[in-house]
Amino acid sequence: MNVLETMKKCIREALPDLDMVMGWEQGFDTLHATPLFMETAEDVDRLILGPTCVQSLAVHLPSLKGKKIGVVVKGCDSRAVVQLLSENLLNRENLVIFGFGCDGVVSLSRLKKKLGALDFIESAEKKDDRLCIEINGEQQDLPFDDICAPKCLTCSRPNAIISDHFAGPQRTPRIPAKGKTALEKFEEKSLPERFDFWKAQMQRCVRCYACRDSCPMCVCRDHCVAVSRNPHFVSQEATASENFMFQLIHVMHLAGRCVSCGECERACPMDIPLGLLRAKSTEVTSALFNQEAGLDQEAVLPLLSFNIEEETIEEHD
Amino acid sequence: MNNIFILRKDIDPWIKRMAEERTVFAPVHEGDAVVYRACDSGLRVELDTMPTTSPKEIVFPQNETLLTYTRGSGNEDGSVGVETTETLPSGKAVIFGTRPCGARGLLIFDQVYNNERIRDAYYAARRENTLTITIACNRPRPTCFCNSVGGAPDDSKGSDIMLYPLDDGFVAEALTSGGEELLALAPSSPAGEKAVKAKAKAGQAIETMGSPMDLSEVRKKFDLCFTDLAFWEKHSGKCLSCGICTYLCPTCYCFNITDEGSEEKGKRLRSWDNCMSFNFTAEASGHNPRSAKAMRLRNRIGHKFVYYPELHEDRLACCGCGRCITACPSSVDIRNIVKAVQEYSHE
Ligand code: SF4
Ligand code: SF4
Ligand code: SF4
Ligand code: SF4
Repeated sequence: MNVLETMKKCIREALPDLDMVMGWEQGFDTLHATPLFMETAEDVDRLILGPTCVQSLAVHLPSLKGKKIGVVVKGCDSRAVVQLLSENLLNRENLVIFGFGCDGVVSLSRLKKKLGALDFIESAEKKDDRLCIEINGEQQDLPFDDICAPKCLTCSRPNAIISDHFAGPQRTPRIPAKGKTALEKFEEKSLPERFDFWKAQMQRCVRCYACRDSCPMCVCRDHCVAVSRNPHFVSQEATASENFMFQLIHVMHLAGRCVSCGECERACPMDIPLGLLRAKSTEVTSALFNQEAGLDQEAVLPLLSFNIEEETIEEHD
Repeated sequence: MNNIFILRKDIDPWIKRMAEERTVFAPVHEGDAVVYRACDSGLRVELDTMPTTSPKEIVFPQNETLLTYTRGSGNEDGSVGVETTETLPSGKAVIFGTRPCGARGLLIFDQVYNNERIRDAYYAARRENTLTITIACNRPRPTCFCNSVGGAPDDSKGSDIMLYPLDDGFVAEALTSGGEELLALAPSSPAGEKAVKAKAKAGQAIETMGSPMDLSEVRKKFDLCFTDLAFWEKHSGKCLSCGICTYLCPTCYCFNITDEGSEEKGKRLRSWDNCMSFNFTAEASGHNPRSAKAMRLRNRIGHKFVYYPELHEDRLACCGCGRCITACPSSVDIRNIVKAVQEYSHE
């Protein structure tokens, strides 16, 4: 039985005791998967697993608290579940986790930069380390590494790190390619250059808040400071500086909590490289607190704890 | 009116000439997004794909300063005066390279902000000074459904100039006197036989689209399923309640008003709002009549396919551009929801 069939079988068996199980089905074309909320055995027939299953379904879990929910997770998605559990935002006993070994997902943004508009896709299939797609009547055969989500290039945990059921074989973690990370490359620029870069990027933000709403760790949901009227923390005006202000708030609220899932950047309709900001915050918090979010269910958040003397922070005299 | 032919390479000088008198907003690439920007040349202009954003922002910007205020001096009775200055927009503009659905979106706006009953001064000031140059679609996207909502890939309604694409250029036709003036600025040659060919091509495009959706029961059925929250929960389950669909939509016209600044001085700002956000209907009392995203998505569908047509002679408030489908991070497909309403039956 292949991974998908094994997964379907696991889900069908568990479904009678659950309100629903979240997975993915094909969306409006072969490059787009869409979340599938399975309630019946027939729903399970529509499940897919593969390189288009980009959405982190963990984002829906806190709002479903109180129900008995199953969730299918990739390695990176499972870190969000662990982090939510460690923050007491989920009840473990109401949660059934279906893990599998992920083989990487496609980045539509990178694919668009290679092929132009992706409107006319006839088929897309991953074959070993290549993505074979038929677009505009032409066959294209691309190295998967050139078009996968950036996070997949350095993924050290492709297998769900927490699961009640695990379908298929464990995948071997990536050995990150040598060379500089996107953040390192970016930081080689001078401060004025970096500032100009962000001004240009933030200019086109439409303040749709999809970055926030797709983030599994953004749990204030309907009560975000960005839309609070009283106090009026952030101006409604969607200028580059206000938009940047909102991003910095997001980053600060995610400090030590961000699980580097990349959903914020993927969701952004304006292709703003939000991951760079998150990567920086993760670099700082892991250096300061020697901690990585979403790995340990028992961990206490660095910014929720206090040590008289922090091991890694030099005290002022 | 006369048809002329404009070579692709002549789009650049044409935009340059138009830009001498007007701000020309045309689609350009930024990241992988295609957005409308003020252009004074045609060099970066992208005319072959559907822009990510819609042309509505040119007549209805995301942020509009309605007035500015400063604190006046104190009065004898202890009260404090406020001095306000109105900030009406001025200047002429061109929307260059929208698709027919985008032009239709502006007509949907007009019914709300500029008509016999209502004249929104800010909207009208922009709209009445803006001309629209539309490109017909020879190749509708799989997510396009203008043919289901009263439009077509070669629909010229709401446009001042239509451009019908051929490989090496565009057959252009002016539909209004404003359009004629703009077209006179374009380096061109007579279109001759090309006109027939280009228009036939655009006219046939509709045949490549799926058959139009049957929407005949939507209004009646919407009343039936309105209170069936389970139905709406099912269809909104994966929705993230973000603002992508409304902000990219050519027809979503809701706004918010806030005072931005200090007690001393600032501005009254009108900015886009969206019905998918919790705050949209949050009341000062703390009550929220649309507290769940199921109710909010129901409103989005209801507004476009039921409430607006009831008010505006059966016209739908969706132009079928498909932006909400392609840009949604969860790939929510509005067509599926409308279809489910059409096919709704009581359990
Ligand atoms: S998703 Fe992108 S456009 Fe939307 S608010 Fe976030 S950064 Fe801005
Ligand atoms: S900030 Fe972005 S990368 Fe970090 S957890 Fe949220 S969505 Fe994922
Ligand atoms: S339908 Fe999609 S784009 Fe619209 S609010 Fe829901 S998640 Fe956001
Ligand atoms: S509702 Fe969707 S398809 Fe209809 S006009 Fe708006 S963005 Fe386009």
